[in-house]
Amino acid sequence: MAAVKISDNIYWVGAVDFEIREFHGYETPHGTTYNAYLILDEKITLIDTVKSSFSDVLLKNISEIIDPSKIDYVISNHVEPDHSGSLMEILAIAPNASLYTTPLGEKGLRAYYHQDWNFKIVKTNDTINTGQYTFEVIQTPMVHWPDNMMVYLKEKEMLFSNDAFGQHYASNERHDYEVGESLVLERAKDYYANIVLPYGAQVLKAFKDLDGKNLSLICPSHGLVLKTTINTILAKYSDWANNKVNDNEAVIVYDTMWGATKGMAHEIAKDFESKGIHTQVYYLKETHISEVMGALMEAKYICVGSSTLNKQMLPNVAAFLTYMKGLAPKNRTGLAFGSYGWGGESIKYVNETLESCKFEMMDPIKKIYMT
Amino acid sequence: MKRYVCTICAYVYDSEMGDPDNGVEAGTSFEDIPEEWVCPVCGAGKDAFEEE
Repeated sequence: MAAVKISDNIYWVGAVDFEIREFHGYETPHGTTYNAYLILDEKITLIDTVKSSFSDVLLKNISEIIDPSKIDYVISNHVEPDHSGSLMEILAIAPNASLYTTPLGEKGLRAYYHQDWNFKIVKTNDTINTGQYTFEVIQTPMVHWPDNMMVYLKEKEMLFSNDAFGQHYASNERHDYEVGESLVLERAKDYYANIVLPYGAQVLKAFKDLDGKNLSLICPSHGLVLKTTINTILAKYSDWANNKVNDNEAVIVYDTMWGATKGMAHEIAKDFESKGIHTQVYYLKETHISEVMGALMEAKYICVGSSTLNKQMLPNVAAFLTYMKGLAPKNRTGLAFGSYGWGGESIKYVNETLESCKFEMMDPIKKIYMT
Repeated sequence: MKRYVCTICAYVYDSEMGDPDNGVEAGTSFEDIPEEWVCPVCGAGKDAFEEE
């Protein structure tokens, strides 16, 4: 996809990855984009880069606007390789460019690339002046890595938020209003559930730092640029960061050997439905754990079922529980269930893991062979 | 009371609050936290903390 002008002197010059389906364990059914932004000012400035396999696309897109060797400043908001992956190519072409990053950003970039680039270290309240434009630095540690920062382009009220407010969504559209709010929201929720969820307190801290700043555009590092959905997305982030859940939503997730635990899952679903609680059921042999995370983002009830295999829970259930525990959803009520022939240890282990997630627990349901 | 900040993720250990979720009672001074304790946000070791 070619470069896209998103405002006077500001261009999207990133790459669209329609093909990617696996993103460090997170399934991305709609692909993603790696967003980099070029700012034309007295100092030509590039904000973030793209995954290294797309370096040629980034260079082609920059070249449509300006000779890449003229880049004066590179702002690296985040060291993760999907954003820093083309720094080697860019800084080989523009070797004198200043590279703006946080203290931990420098540490991370040195560890990844072993280069003695022209690092300029910035912290919250610092500004980067490019001529007519001023970028205010806001460090956002653990949204979602320790090094993360955002920059706010004051004169245009544009926030370059890096991974915050991102969505894994590949498309030939670059703006939220071209695809519609429900799609943006669905992708943003799935992204939050799988990337940002453990860091609600840090999101709220970032909100405090953004307080009082008008936002006319949010330019994240994945997915669509936000304009018409800004208020909706900010309100949702606030809800998610405060761990607001819906009391009338339940998610049931299970794996099964011969169908008995599946039968239990659907019996439990009927029970929830009879009480007016909307229920979603997921079978872990058919649904990826990251899709389940998106589904349970706002659900009060999380019910996990497993047959017992060799005195353990089934491996798919263990994988799901490990993944969910790390993402740390809060304010939930949990239920462990499962069928067994003898022993029935899986139910105890599922129950213990849900308890260790600090869920309020219902009594486990354990049944001998139910078909 | 002294407060200690994680140099990795900016989490603040406040001894008045402790870290009860991870076995550190309210009122425990930073020095008295067991060495195997890790930052509850990012998992960095106790040696990653500095006095605020």
